[in-house]
Amino acid sequence: MSNTATIQSTKPTWAGGRSPFNVSYGKLMMWIFLISDIFTFSSLLVFYGATRFANWDIWPSPDMVFNHFPFAGHMHLPLFFVSLMTFILIFSSVTMVLAVEAGQRKSQNEVAKYMLLTILGGLTFLGCQAWEWSVFIGEGARMYGNNFGLTEEGFKYAHSLKLFDHYHWQEGFRMAGAPQFSAFFFLVTGFHGLHVLSGVIINVVVYINVIFGTYERRGHYDMVEKVGLYWHFVDLVWVFVFTFFYLI
Amino acid sequence: MSHTAHIESTEHSNHEHGKQSFISKYIFSMDHKMISRQYLITGMIMGCIGGFMSLLFRLQLAWPGHHFTIIEMLLGKWGKGGVIDPNFFLALVTIHGTIMVFFVLTGGLSGTYSNLLIPLQIGARDMASPFMNMLGVWFFIASAVVLVCSFFLETGPASGGWTVYPPLSALDKAMPGSGTGMTLWLFSIVLFIISSLLGGINYISNVLNMRTKGMSMNRMPLTVWSFFFAAVVGLLSFPVLLGAGLFLIFDRMLGTSFYLSDIYLNGVGALDNVGGSPILYQHLFWFLGHPEVYIIILPAFGIVSEIISNNARKPIFGYTAMIISMFSISFLSFLVWGHHMFVTGMNPFLGTVFMAISLIIAVPSSVKTFNYLTTLWKGNIRFTPGMLFSIGMVSLFISGGVTGMFLGNAAVDITLHDTYFVIGHFHLVMGAAAIFAMFGGVYHWFPKMFGRMMNNTLGHFHFWLTFIGAYVVFYPMHFLGAAGVPRRYYEFTLIPEFGVWVDVNIVMTLGAILGVSAQILFIYNFVKSIYWGEKATQNPWNANGLEWTTPVEHIHGNWPGPLPVVYRGAYEYSVPGRELDYWPQNEPGDDDMVEIKHEPVSPESPEVDTVESDNINTDTSKVFFSSFARLLGLVKV
Repeated sequence: MSNTATIQSTKPTWAGGRSPFNVSYGKLMMWIFLISDIFTFSSLLVFYGATRFANWDIWPSPDMVFNHFPFAGHMHLPLFFVSLMTFILIFSSVTMVLAVEAGQRKSQNEVAKYMLLTILGGLTFLGCQAWEWSVFIGEGARMYGNNFGLTEEGFKYAHSLKLFDHYHWQEGFRMAGAPQFSAFFFLVTGFHGLHVLSGVIINVVVYINVIFGTYERRGHYDMVEKVGLYWHFVDLVWVFVFTFFYLI
Repeated sequence: MSHTAHIESTEHSNHEHGKQSFISKYIFSMDHKMISRQYLITGMIMGCIGGFMSLLFRLQLAWPGHHFTIIEMLLGKWGKGGVIDPNFFLALVTIHGTIMVFFVLTGGLSGTYSNLLIPLQIGARDMASPFMNMLGVWFFIASAVVLVCSFFLETGPASGGWTVYPPLSALDKAMPGSGTGMTLWLFSIVLFIISSLLGGINYISNVLNMRTKGMSMNRMPLTVWSFFFAAVVGLLSFPVLLGAGLFLIFDRMLGTSFYLSDIYLNGVGALDNVGGSPILYQHLFWFLGHPEVYIIILPAFGIVSEIISNNARKPIFGYTAMIISMFSISFLSFLVWGHHMFVTGMNPFLGTVFMAISLIIAVPSSVKTFNYLTTLWKGNIRFTPGMLFSIGMVSLFISGGVTGMFLGNAAVDITLHDTYFVIGHFHLVMGAAAIFAMFGGVYHWFPKMFGRMMNNTLGHFHFWLTFIGAYVVFYPMHFLGAAGVPRRYYEFTLIPEFGVWVDVNIVMTLGAILGVSAQILFIYNFVKSIYWGEKATQNPWNANGLEWTTPVEHIHGNWPGPLPVVYRGAYEYSVPGRELDYWPQNEPGDDDMVEIKHEPVSPESPEVDTVESDNINTDTSKVFFSSFARLLGLVKV
């Protein structure tokens, strides 16, 4: 039917045209997956925003809830701990960048070193999160509700409307916060923590491969770049979670 | 070609060629052609189950309270006295919808044809990641099994409608199906989302990265374009359903109140939950749910474009317009979910915005239908079964699309919402239309999938019976809906005003029986042709696509020897001055040969790069995407 086949190279490669993004298909797939995951997190955060605005008058103030620090007793240290966590996670992104850069120079030892640091950063973050969750639960946060107070504005507003009914009113002028406050916290930080955990596991796999020289033999450290993309994405998501759950 | 193909087939591709065991060839296969067949067969089995369910509840609607021995035999405790139990009626409706929307028209349609056609039509050896592709099909099969298993629960499967709105889906005491049945539904859908994600990532990167030499984006067949857009839409909308499902799972299992507020359950006391909003579920659900109908109909568009152009022996009318309209449909599909929620107390201004955007989708949709009609215009038409089903799809799409204009209108929708009008509309426009495209695809690409031809006469009978059946069932639904008959009602004879519609229901049920029985013809034809059909030639339809340059017998890596090179677009039929009325994409014309003489002709020389860059630099899509790539810092400027 056509004899054109003879004109080309017989290399058994894909021979597909260059990709429009000029990246390998593996990296492209990681990008596509991340775009998809953006939508997952967006749906969670948008839902969170909608619920929070609907219940703004009984929404506790994060400043007053997340004010603990290990070994600091009952000092009021708003957001100190979570800032530390954020710093650790972002720093692990920096080491990841260094690992990717070292991979481009094909320096096996440096890649291994920075991958290890990244893994440690991830594990530290997860440990911090475990501590924070346990304090949060100890303070009375549950899936079905919590006993944190209101924001000051919310309190004034509720007072002016005489909203102190059987549900909102509790002993000692303390009002229950919206039950979604703790539920969202558990769901979204938990979902993010799951991403960090899976990232750490993938990083460990890649780290082992780096140590055993798999990528050295392969001739490129593309895999480090791919997990790097994932790791940066997890960090980026944390920035949003941090903003929406702690800062505002 | 096919003769030489067999000789060369031992020395080509990058897959290993050991003898394959039964398991690695037919079950855990990583070959995209086998995976496509797995999708098709699973989809067909699910289609049979879903279609049969529709017969059961249509019997109830036409002859409410009548004793049917078959119902008593099949349903046991849910069919006592030969009458369907009301709760089980709802379960049937729910699972029918779920199976048809997700398992037949998304997994079965998109999974089958994306897997079969993307690598074959762009000239790739396989999917980007064959392993992930295999995982995808097995997640799909697992989710189908989980859903069907929910029928064997004591409390029955999920029965809150295929949209599973809370509170029926969030409170496990709300109705029998809200218990374990609903849990299995959610589990099944989570598996399905994973499957669709694995598939979608593969389809997109395959289209972007693995085209053969000369196959620039603007030479791709419209099928590939449509699968590409459908994959993108699926990739962006299914995660949102995952989010909605996560909240629902938390509400069900962990006592949160995302979707629940202090409502009353069965009249006994308010729940402890407070502050949640079931409307938010609808927002999240329809953010998937609306793009979902385009995930279904876009591949149908692609398949129909290919078949109509091939069988009218004419270039597709407005190739670029087709791509632009598919792009705009995909884009707009994310902005219109609110038109499912006009009656939820939405701000009228917001409703107006959703209405305007929804009605705008009619423009690209009409561009497509007019392009189909103009492609047919003065064509040299061959009425193969595939062609008949494609024309039938266009017909159903127009009939159903017109009623979409009523429903998209916020003011009209208030009376039509949740009536049979909606059922009639979407069954025509995306249900039957997409199923018709799927049938058309099976008839058209059967030689490619199984190496044999299907029986034409049976195909014609199948088409006419299905076509008549589809219109007889779904067309009268519009009248019922306009009269205010609500959907999902167990029986209408209890309500005097709707009693008059029972006769029409009988006609519709007879149509359904006709349409479903016609599928027996199809299954007979399908199974018989796999084993005893007439052997297919390499290019039975005289088509242009690259898929017809592969050997009839499937081989790993698709092409024996090197990949074909593409010289032209996919729709050069009946080119004036040419002897044949088709011009395969890989067949060079005179100009192309001149161009190639400049290249080194030695088979060893890696001149791949020169031709490639020539083709790609002139490629508008390259320019389009590379600007994005620079924006993202993916390539060095």
